[in-house]
Amino acid sequence: MACFVAPAAVAVVTTVIQTVVKKKETAATVEGPTKVTSGKWTRRLGWLNTMMWGGSALLCLEHIWHGEVVPWPPFLTAMQTPGDVGPMLHEIVTVGVAMAVVILAAWGIMVGVAEIVERRAKAGVERTSVHGGA
Amino acid sequence: MWLLVTALAAMVATALWYVNLPSDKYKLGFLSLIYWGATLMWLVDHVMAYIRDGGPFIEVTADGTALALAVLALGLFVWLVRLLLGDPSRITRALLRK
Repeated sequence: MACFVAPAAVAVVTTVIQTVVKKKETAATVEGPTKVTSGKWTRRLGWLNTMMWGGSALLCLEHIWHGEVVPWPPFLTAMQTPGDVGPMLHEIVTVGVAMAVVILAAWGIMVGVAEIVERRAKAGVERTSVHGGA
Repeated sequence: MWLLVTALAAMVATALWYVNLPSDKYKLGFLSLIYWGATLMWLVDHVMAYIRDGGPFIEVTADGTALALAVLALGLFVWLVRLLLGDPSRITRALLRK
């Protein structure tokens, strides 16, 4: 009915977070020695936003296709029938929230893998420089 | 049907992104993330509907196939807009200057 509304709402929040983080990381690049890792979290939050916004956009198309979303107010056809509002809200809370949680979990795994790869690469560089210097 | 087609598109886009690493000049990572986002969301939707209502997990219908193609086209359209705006090969800029 309108399950994509929940991930779209989360996408709004994560986009705001990304904007704040981007400002902080840009400031840190100018000030300190963190130039190597600068933009790391902006990029990672970008993955999350792309999945949230992209998924919501494609799901919105599916809902338009099935006549559940229309381009005129109230936009959601379930809102036109009072009896459908309850089931619609129930679907947003159950299916929509589950969708957002699964995307967040997938993003968490991606960030975890990226962090492990980055640490291993860093350790490899340090080992090479120690051996090279000896 | 659209779940299956979107999952396939996500896998193809991811493979293309991986083949082109470490360069992501053509933003294939962006395209694959769009499709993965939609795939995961539809997977949740299908699993929850299957648990609730039962019935076939994936239905192959003409309408579903048409929707799957429309979904693919929208994903590609979003990616193309981003690619042309970013203009990594500076082709658009050069054409506009002529």
